Amino acid sequence: MSRLIRLDQTGHTELAQWSPGDGAAFERARSVMDAELARGYFAVAGGDGGAVAEQVRELPVDAELVILRRPIAGG
Amino acid sequence: MVATDARLPLTGELPELADVPWRPLVDETSLRRTDRRWTAWTLAHELPLLATAVGLVVLSPILIPVSLAALAFAWLIPDLYAAKGAEVLRPPRAPGAPPAGAEVRALGLLGDLVGHHARDLLRETRLVVEPGALGVWLVGGKGAVLVRGRGRRAQCYCVRAKGEDLPLADRVAHLLLALRADERGFATVANLSFSGARWRLARKLPGPARAGLQAAVSAARSAG
Repeated sequence: MSRLIRLDQTGHTELAQWSPGDGAAFERARSVMDAELARGYFAVAGGDGGAVAEQVRELPVDAELVILRRPIAGG
Repeated sequence: MVATDARLPLTGELPELADVPWRPLVDETSLRRTDRRWTAWTLAHELPLLATAVGLVVLSPILIPVSLAALAFAWLIPDLYAAKGAEVLRPPRAPGAPPAGAEVRALGLLGDLVGHHARDLLRETRLVVEPGALGVWLVGGKGAVLVRGRGRRAQCYCVRAKGEDLPLADRVAHLLLALRADERGFATVANLSFSGARWRLARKLPGPARAGLQAAVSAARSAG
């Protein structure tokens, strides 16, 4: 089961879940992610515990975990 | 937040690079150049003060107190730079208490993102050690330290997630994800606040951060 998570003031919020075979759930997750990207979040895809993270703008159907993060800036 | 979808890159590079178009992308060569520049800058501060200290004693022993003052300044100036660099590993001041349990939830997710060894360090220090291509990173809530040269050299980068309401572990997760997605982009977006000897930085760190730095040094030495 893949998950779409947003890092926020509550720690994190799980926004959607989908399985590779469940097209409707994937479409719902994609629409949620698009809405969050439009709010200024960035999406990073990867696996649980994996060191690899990839910046994405489309929801990858086969990613285990997609995390929405806020922009960073030099302080 | 402002919608930024239009400028999201397709190549996997950090989107925040669009905010600093004037900065060249950091690489090994530019890091070495930065190290040399900071060393030269430190020497430019130190040498006149050391020469003054020696010259005054030679001129007249009665000037020893002034000479000692010059030596103190020679010690203090690089120490001030190191203190500024150490700030990146101090926990940020939260303007208000996050919702109950937020820190625990954030810490749980961050723990899932790191390996077993890094998880132990995270529990003790709230910092994450992350090996990269440029060196070994020690990531905190207000920035990150890059340990290079088999642990002898440290560069401190000031960078943070936008928004003041995030729990500390979430702040670390933001930086960790950006670092993993594009290490060179991460170092480019961040502001360099110190480059110098690791021991000088270590003296300015609180205990837990010092333990984190030591873990990063060990990882840098293991990496060769």
